[in-house]
Amino acid sequence: MTKSSMTTREKVEKSMKRRRAAEQRFRMYGVASVLFGLLCLVVLFGDILSKGTSAFSQTVIETSITLDADYLGLDKNADDQQVRLANFEGLIKQHFKDMVQPDGRKERRQLYSLVSAGASWQLQNMVLNDRSLLGQTIEVALIADDDVDQWFKHDRGHAHNAMLNETQIGWLEQWAEQGILKTRFNTLFFVNGDSREPELAGIRGAITGTFLTLLVTFLLSFPIGVAAAIYLEEFAPKNKITEFVEININNLAAVPSITFGLLGLAIFINIFGVARSTPLVGGLVLTLMTLPTIIISGRAAIKAVPPSIREAALGLGASRVQVVFHHVLPLALPGMLTGTIIGMAQALGETAPLLMIGMVAFVVDVPAFISDPSTVLPVQIFLWSDSPERAFTERTSGAIIVLLGFLVIMNTAAVMLRRRLERRW
Amino acid sequence: MSIIENHTTNGQPFCKDPKLTARGVGVFYGEKQAIFDVSLDIGANEVIALIGPSGCGKSTFLRCLNRMNDTIDICRVTGAIELDGEDIYDPKVDVVPLRARVGMVFQKPNPFPKSIYDNIAYGPRIHGLAQSRVELDEIVEKSLQRAGLWNEVKDRLHAPGTGLSGGQQQRLCIARTIAVDPEVILMDEPCSALDPIATAKIEELIDELRENYTIAIVTHSMQQAARVSQRTAYFHLGQLIEVNPTDQVFTTPEHALTEAYITGRFG
Amino acid sequence: MNYSSLIIAVLILLGGAYLLGRNRARAIANQGMKLHSLPTHYGALMALWTGLPPLLLLLLWGLMEPRIVDQLLVAQLPAHIQNGSGAEIQLAVSKVHNLAIGSGVSEAPELQPAVKHLQALQQRFDLLQAGVILALALIGVALTWRRIKADMRARSEVERIVRYMLFASSGIAVLTTLGILASVVYEAWLFFHKVSIFEFLFGTSWSPQIALRADQSGSSGDFGAVPLFAGTLLISLIAMVIAVPVGLMAAIYLSEYATSRVRSFAKPALEILAGIPTVVYGFFAALTVAPIIRGLGESMGLDVSSESALAAGLVMGIMIIPFVSSLSDDVINAVPQSLRDGSYGLGATRSETVRQVVIPAALPGIVGAVMLAVSRAIGETMIVAMAAGLAANLTFNPLDSVTTVTVQIVTLLVGDQEFDSPKTLAAFALGLVLFLVTLVLNYVALKIVQKYREQYD
Repeated sequence: MTKSSMTTREKVEKSMKRRRAAEQRFRMYGVASVLFGLLCLVVLFGDILSKGTSAFSQTVIETSITLDADYLGLDKNADDQQVRLANFEGLIKQHFKDMVQPDGRKERRQLYSLVSAGASWQLQNMVLNDRSLLGQTIEVALIADDDVDQWFKHDRGHAHNAMLNETQIGWLEQWAEQGILKTRFNTLFFVNGDSREPELAGIRGAITGTFLTLLVTFLLSFPIGVAAAIYLEEFAPKNKITEFVEININNLAAVPSITFGLLGLAIFINIFGVARSTPLVGGLVLTLMTLPTIIISGRAAIKAVPPSIREAALGLGASRVQVVFHHVLPLALPGMLTGTIIGMAQALGETAPLLMIGMVAFVVDVPAFISDPSTVLPVQIFLWSDSPERAFTERTSGAIIVLLGFLVIMNTAAVMLRRRLERRW
Repeated sequence: MSIIENHTTNGQPFCKDPKLTARGVGVFYGEKQAIFDVSLDIGANEVIALIGPSGCGKSTFLRCLNRMNDTIDICRVTGAIELDGEDIYDPKVDVVPLRARVGMVFQKPNPFPKSIYDNIAYGPRIHGLAQSRVELDEIVEKSLQRAGLWNEVKDRLHAPGTGLSGGQQQRLCIARTIAVDPEVILMDEPCSALDPIATAKIEELIDELRENYTIAIVTHSMQQAARVSQRTAYFHLGQLIEVNPTDQVFTTPEHALTEAYITGRFG
Repeated sequence: MNYSSLIIAVLILLGGAYLLGRNRARAIANQGMKLHSLPTHYGALMALWTGLPPLLLLLLWGLMEPRIVDQLLVAQLPAHIQNGSGAEIQLAVSKVHNLAIGSGVSEAPELQPAVKHLQALQQRFDLLQAGVILALALIGVALTWRRIKADMRARSEVERIVRYMLFASSGIAVLTTLGILASVVYEAWLFFHKVSIFEFLFGTSWSPQIALRADQSGSSGDFGAVPLFAGTLLISLIAMVIAVPVGLMAAIYLSEYATSRVRSFAKPALEILAGIPTVVYGFFAALTVAPIIRGLGESMGLDVSSESALAAGLVMGIMIIPFVSSLSDDVINAVPQSLRDGSYGLGATRSETVRQVVIPAALPGIVGAVMLAVSRAIGETMIVAMAAGLAANLTFNPLDSVTTVTVQIVTLLVGDQEFDSPKTLAAFALGLVLFLVTLVLNYVALKIVQKYREQYD
């Protein structure tokens, strides 16, 4: 069949060099693409971890301070109100003034700024818990200011620090050598709400807000999602209306999340008067957002239940509703739960729609109920990431680590649930 | 039914002028063995039919002959298969030129979602068989003519190949295989998805192709084996039971299992 | 907490009603009569009629009450406030609300009568609400109690109600779409009364901030959205340049080349990228990638903005890689193996098979996947809100700072807003554009993918 002098075999062999090279190239592109994706993952995690792990430790100044009852104007019978009004701040300033002997007003101010505003609150809390400490000299670890914290954790010994001057660094070096400047686990990060002072800012408020918001989301989206999935899979007639509903659901799954925020603002807040910035309205918005995910995965789970089971139950005289609730639903439930967990994980990481409905407010108090103003973890991250202080960058990364930790837990739970309850027909 | 211990193939598995030789071939899917110690020659310019009940391993064996099993991750082949005396499972052998020499036609017609012309031209293009457009046109026309499809499609060469009827699609696939000018053509139940008229056309075509090519055909239909092949090999549960000239297999089979199969006791 | 206690009360009543209904049915059965349905069906029926109407009414009440209360409240405000603008009245009303719950910061003696009125009003409303709701629940109990007879078809009635409830649940998706449309369309319509739609769609200057300045009350700022559209396109384009080739090649490699061990590790690993919250990507873009790009640019003597489109687009591209790759993976796997076999059988190499058979066969699906990815990029908010700028520059230089539709929606709506100002309304007009564009993209993409799937099913 060949006209030219070469046989087919020779021609094929001749083409092989070029083709092998092309094959290698193509394969390389594939490997490079996968590696690029994995590299991004590693860099992203490495970056966050390297920036954020130090958020879990906090620099403190260990010192023995005398709780001078006269200076504070308190005695053993002082009531809580009196303790709250006492001048612990002055006491601390006095203490450090005596310790370091600063020269002049300017140096004094520089000295005082090394200790966090939260230090007086520490002492106050100790006295509130135990009045007998008054008049005693106690060992305390006072929280250092965020600039000191950053210097001690990151800059000491190598980098120039713009926030502290030579004198301050001199004092700190001395303290560090004496061993009174230390780092310890940053408990405050987990028990405090938000604060303007980085060293006092914590994520408890945001975590509680997240929990309440997700609770509302789950309580609404799971039953509604399951019900909708059941209807569409088991009862819906095959007609234009059903098709329209399906198109709607598929489309909502792909609509930008920010539009759900617009809906929340215009409809829930402005028309229905639901309070802004609350887990309630946040949960409502996230419910609408996660419903498509739950419905789609729920339908897949129902589809996976073999028709033979339905036929068997129908054959015994069960009604359609009974078949669904007695047989199909229990078998499909694990799959539905998996989908719901994945939907909730999405909701957990969602930020944009919550900005629209006022969950960006600066909330110091930890919310206690779904109608209290609150923020959520991703929004807290967004807020902190905007703050210029270096310590806030660190805390932002720390909060991200916590958020990613929650996500890992939820996704692992979903995977395990799927593995454990996976049924082979 | 279980495999026969210490079985040696009955009849005449070997021939004088072999194109392909298989010696002690075994195939494993993971832990499971699908083919046991098969030795068989396929002679030049003969049509050999591989028959046997479903799941007997005849298709698996066929796919070993041009290493199509390589595309299945867990599949492992032992033993030796040689094409013109060269071991095709030698690690140095590239499957690409091998498959250009040993072409394959599949059970279900699988035209590419391209035009009829492009379907045929695909092989010659990737292998660089044509130097010019004119040459390529020539290859396409010749291939279609040999497959007996030219007159039916010459006016719509640029229509999609998927628009043809099932029988035409299968002839298109045969034409596509011929276009690469292979030495051996493997056919894996090429007519099982076709109606009797289309089947008759393909069988006619196989008979014509014998002049130039060595053909191994897996078939479910004993009549088809009888019509198109010179030799017939009977597989049973992964073992090659008997190989003999086709006339002999269908009149006086040597092995009891072969006889049971051709008389319709199982299948 | 009037609502929560009422809900709990209704739930308790509902539980009681269930027991009551079931026991009544059992009692009838014990008299030797043959029941149509199981006793539990009667209980369920009773529970449904006890619980559903009050809960629905409660929901409705919750939606209506604030409106009515505010209406009544306005009448109690001092005359000069009542005659003021809508915004002033709104402000006064919210002040009264704050004072009434004791969290008001400003002393406002002139509002005191209104505060007193509000407190009294709310007390009365709460009482009325509790009365009506509980009465409704009890009426439900009583009426159903009387209807329970041996030949009553309790099961069919329960099942009918259940079906309606299931139907209503699936209708929420439609309501959501309508809700989104209604909210953006209405506000956008108000906006287009103040700013012409032509100016909005084709104007090239965007500076809504001007409207904030009191001395320019007549001016409404510039609302030409072209720079936003251009910025959105630029960043999406950068993201696509990264995500489409990388995602597609990764999908091809994983489905056509990789061994099952590599696939079982790399596929979920890549999908982790899709599960990372966008706010994390935003942080990464703003604090890590942007400074690196800026540093690199400066070392090459280029002038790079610290909020360059490149940084945001790059990170968005990384985010979208797994999206493209898993969608493409699906469509590539839908290409029948027989086509690959046909190609390999002719002696094609893997790359020839992929490029000349698999990709052309999967092309419609891949196009659909890319469209969905584009829709995703356009609607992505957090990365751009954190890493892209606010300056509405009309430029296609990726090293410049640009702003996007979503960034502007966020900036216009976050923080204190005065409703009805063109500034807030503009956000909804942008939202309308965003919704419509993504709707069309999604709809067409889903149709294409669906058609494609059917072809090989």
